[in-house]
Order: sequence, then structure tokens, then C-alpha cells
Amino acid sequence: MTDTIEALKSLARHIRLTSVRMTHCAPSAHVGGSLSMADLLAALYGGILRVDPANPKWEERDRFILSKGHSCAALYAVLANKGFFPEAWLDTFYRDGGKLFGHATHTGIPGIEVSTGSLGHGLPIACGMALAAKLDGQKHRIYCMLSDGECDEGSVWEAALFAGHHGLDNLVVIVDYNKIQSLGHTKEVLDLDPFAKKWEDFRWATREIDGHDMALIDSTLRQVPFEAGRPTCVMAHTVKGKGVSFMEDKLLWHYRNASVDEYAAAVAELKS
Amino acid sequence: MRTAFIKELEEQAARDPRVMLITGDLGFTVFEPFIKRFPKQFLNAGVAEQNMTGVAAGLALSGKIVFTYSIANFPTLRCLEQIRNDVCYHKANVKVVSVGAGLAYGALGSSHHALEDLAILRALPEMTVVAPGDPFEAAAATEAIVRHDGPCYLRLGKAGEPAVHPRAPGFTLGRAIRVRDGGDLTLIATGTMLKACADAAAKLEAEGISTRLLSMHTVKPIDAEAILLAAEETGAVMTVEEHGVIGGLGGAVAEVLAQGASKRVPFAIMGVKGGFCRIVGSQDYLKAQFGLGVDDIVARAKALVVPV
Repeated sequence: MTDTIEALKSLARHIRLTSVRMTHCAPSAHVGGSLSMADLLAALYGGILRVDPANPKWEERDRFILSKGHSCAALYAVLANKGFFPEAWLDTFYRDGGKLFGHATHTGIPGIEVSTGSLGHGLPIACGMALAAKLDGQKHRIYCMLSDGECDEGSVWEAALFAGHHGLDNLVVIVDYNKIQSLGHTKEVLDLDPFAKKWEDFRWATREIDGHDMALIDSTLRQVPFEAGRPTCVMAHTVKGKGVSFMEDKLLWHYRNASVDEYAAAVAELKS
Repeated sequence: MRTAFIKELEEQAARDPRVMLITGDLGFTVFEPFIKRFPKQFLNAGVAEQNMTGVAAGLALSGKIVFTYSIANFPTLRCLEQIRNDVCYHKANVKVVSVGAGLAYGALGSSHHALEDLAILRALPEMTVVAPGDPFEAAAATEAIVRHDGPCYLRLGKAGEPAVHPRAPGFTLGRAIRVRDGGDLTLIATGTMLKACADAAAKLEAEGISTRLLSMHTVKPIDAEAILLAAEETGAVMTVEEHGVIGGLGGAVAEVLAQGASKRVPFAIMGVKGGFCRIVGSQDYLKAQFGLGVDDIVARAKALVVPV
């Protein structure tokens, strides 16, 4: 078990290093939100999701939808690491004529279920996939990663209401609650709290966890659904920019990409 | 048209269990037989069109053929980005159905008038746009879009539209139906203006203007061949739609003529002008106010082919 957790931590470190490199080289924004969900992605792709990189369209696979599509560097990093596509593609992120767009994009990218980028789109699609699985008696699950700022969108709550009403217990939402959105802290922009209670009130079986405690993330995700007949919400408390001290909890790192010196410092810290 | 649509959809649902119907909490007294026969193929998504469309995309990406249904602008403009990103970008097999095209919900006012939908939906990549002209065409279009793999928009009238065709016509997506032939002018109608155009064509004929009538049930992809042939053979073209005059059928035909016609031909676009409706009234009343009656079509056509 300890070995497993150590392996997941190692994968998370790889995701962080790769995300920082990709956004530095691109250059692009959104490194902060990639770092905040790195541990969650590592747990998912390190053992929770039933997926097959050699057969990405396998019918019984679990579906993962990154609704916060702007944090795609981290997703691309883990998909390449797992062998969905060549690592070399990562160097083409944002590049003229490259393979990887700056938002999660399904066209020609194995392992990306749906294209996102405009916020509030992932969860309704996930609901449709979960409903289809129920109708067809299939056992796979649908996982959907949301940002906190994205929950300003009304469509998220339309979908939350829908999933609760239909008892979609094959649907798992993970909220990367890093407390910072585009122009400020979520508390200042549009306060979401009591955030977990909102999901609970929409009939989601909800648990709040430290989104950087790998053993807790792993054990929590192994317990879904928390309740038969109810969709699952994991409210993961995270830190934007987690792992690189000068990026942590800083609005600046929603946008900024690391300079050469900052990149070197970030790599040194992540490797230490 | 609504009745023809739902009857045909029942046929399709019986034939193919992948066919599903999702409504945004509308369709009172319309869907009951469908729900009774196919409870597992029906879903009321509530008054939440963005989610309805995203759910439809998710179902379609899982192998279903999904119809979303509501009235006027609700299944289209309210959730336009879901249609663009979730449905069209993924080439999801979703068929968006709107009932109450144009001014059908006359006295309910501008919120319920669908006058920009053809222009806007037509602009979306991957989207096929269909506006049948009578109940026969509505049934045929329903079957055709079930068979068509990819996003479609089906623009229906309301209820009680008269049949224009004497019997079910041959129907192919993207191919106009020649309702009558003539040599002096071509009227191109889409959707709910087909009947008025048929009546106008008969009147024009009686006045010595031989009129071809095309039912352009598919606005996208538009039947460029039929349009260019009409220009070539009849020398004048006029489009008629229960829709704004920007970017709809008229715009689509103009794009074809301007870029493809071998000679200049007199051309006119008839539709709803002047923006938001400020007059209270029924569909027929409003159509008359906006100059979309049979005699208006006749007068405009005559002016086009017989210059004063």
C-alpha cells in the first residue's frame, strides 16, 4: 500500500514537472490549475480509472471528462505518461501546427473523451454518459473534474439537479477547489460557500478531502459511490500552484508562465 | 407538422431502440402516446435547455440517436454554445427540434418568435438545417434525420398546417423538391411559407407568369444545383421564409447566386423585416402585417419579373 501511494506521488510529481515545462515552453497560462489538480489526476490515472491506453475507445472504459479544460497540460502529461500518445506530442503544446491545443480537445488525441474549454459544459455531457450507461446496463463510471470558478455557471447546477434527481450513482464529480478564479479569490468574486453543502442539497453524496493527501484521495476514490442511488461529489480542497512555493495561492499564476529563472527554480523545488 | 413529426418519431423509435426523445418540459398532449409506448426512450429534462443539450450530447456519444425538443428559441438560442461545442464539435448524433417556427406563437410576443434561428444554426459547422414545408415533408424529414449520422436542426411549424403535396413526395436531405414547374420565375420557399407560395404561384400562373416553385426544406446544405438551374432556366429568383431577412434562406440562396450564377438575375428576399415585433396578434395577422400574405408574394414577384 505504501509503495502504491509512493508511486502515485511520483506520478503527481511527474505531472507537475511536465505541466510546468509545457506551460513554460508554450508559453501559456493556466499552470496554477494544473498543479492544483495534479494529485487528483495521479490518483485517477494511477489506479482508479479503468482505461486501456492501447484501446482508448474500449466500450467498458471509465470516462474521464476534464470540464476545467484550461488545465489540460496536466491531463496531457498523464495521458502521455500512461501511453495514450507519444511523449513527444507534449512538446507541440500551443505550437504552430502542433498536436495539442491549449484546451482539452478530442480531435486526434487518444484518451480525451470530449473537448472542453468553455466552462460549465463537462458535467451535462457526463450526465448524459452516465444515463446512457444506466439505460444500457453498463458498469463503467463517469468521472468529471470541475474547477471552483466554473461553478459560477448555471449549467453546472442544471446538471447537478439532473444527476441528483435521476440518482446517477455511476457519476463522480471531483471539484478542484483551489479557491482562486480568473480575477480573484472565489470568496471575493462569487462566494461558493457553503460549497459542499450545495452539492449535498442537490442530493449528491459529498465528502470533503484534502486534495493533496494522496492516501486520502486514493482511499476516498476507492469508496465511490458513497451511497447507492446518489451521485458522488468529492470536494477536494487544493492549493492553486501547489508544489512550487512561489506559485502557491497566487492569482498571478492563473495566467503567468514561468521565466527561464523561475522555471529552473520550479524544477529544482519539484525535484527536491 | 408537430403531429406528423411525433407520429414518425414513434415509428422510428419502434424500429430503433437507440432513438430517444428529450423535452425541455414542453409538449403537453403531444408526447403521451410516445411516453406510453417507449418510456425508456423518453426523458423530460425540465426547464434546463443547456443541460438538456449537454445530456443529449453525452447520450449520443454513448451511441444513442437523441432528439431534443422545445419551442421557439429555447432549444436553439438558449443553449447555442452547447449545440456548437457539445453537439457539433463532437459530431454528436443529436437532432434539435424546435416547434413554433417564425411567428407561430404570434401573440406571445418576441420572446417566442423564432426569426433568427435559421441564420444562426446554419452558421454552425457540421449542422444540417431542415425546415419542412408541410406535414408530408415533416414526416419524411424526421425519418431522414434519424438516418443521417450527425447534428441536425429540425424547424417545425406548430399544428394544423395544410398539406401542400398531394401525397408523400420523394425526399432527400439537401435536394429541393420541385413542387411545380414554370419558365418565368422561381419561387423558393422554406418551411411554413410553402403553402402561401404554392397559392401565390397558382395566382401568378393565372396572370400569365409561369412560376417554378421549389420547396427548399433543407437550408443547409443548400441545393446549389437547383438554385443555379432555376436562375438559368427561369431568369428570376425570389425566396420566401417566415424568418428575418438576414442570413436565412434568402442569405443562403444569395450566397449561391452571387458566387455561382452564370448571369445576373433579378432576385428578391421576402421575410420578416424590421426587427422585434411591436404588434400584438395571431400568426396570420402578423404575417399580413409583415407583408407575407399570398397577395404580397404575388405583387413582389410581379415587380421582379415585370419591371415598371
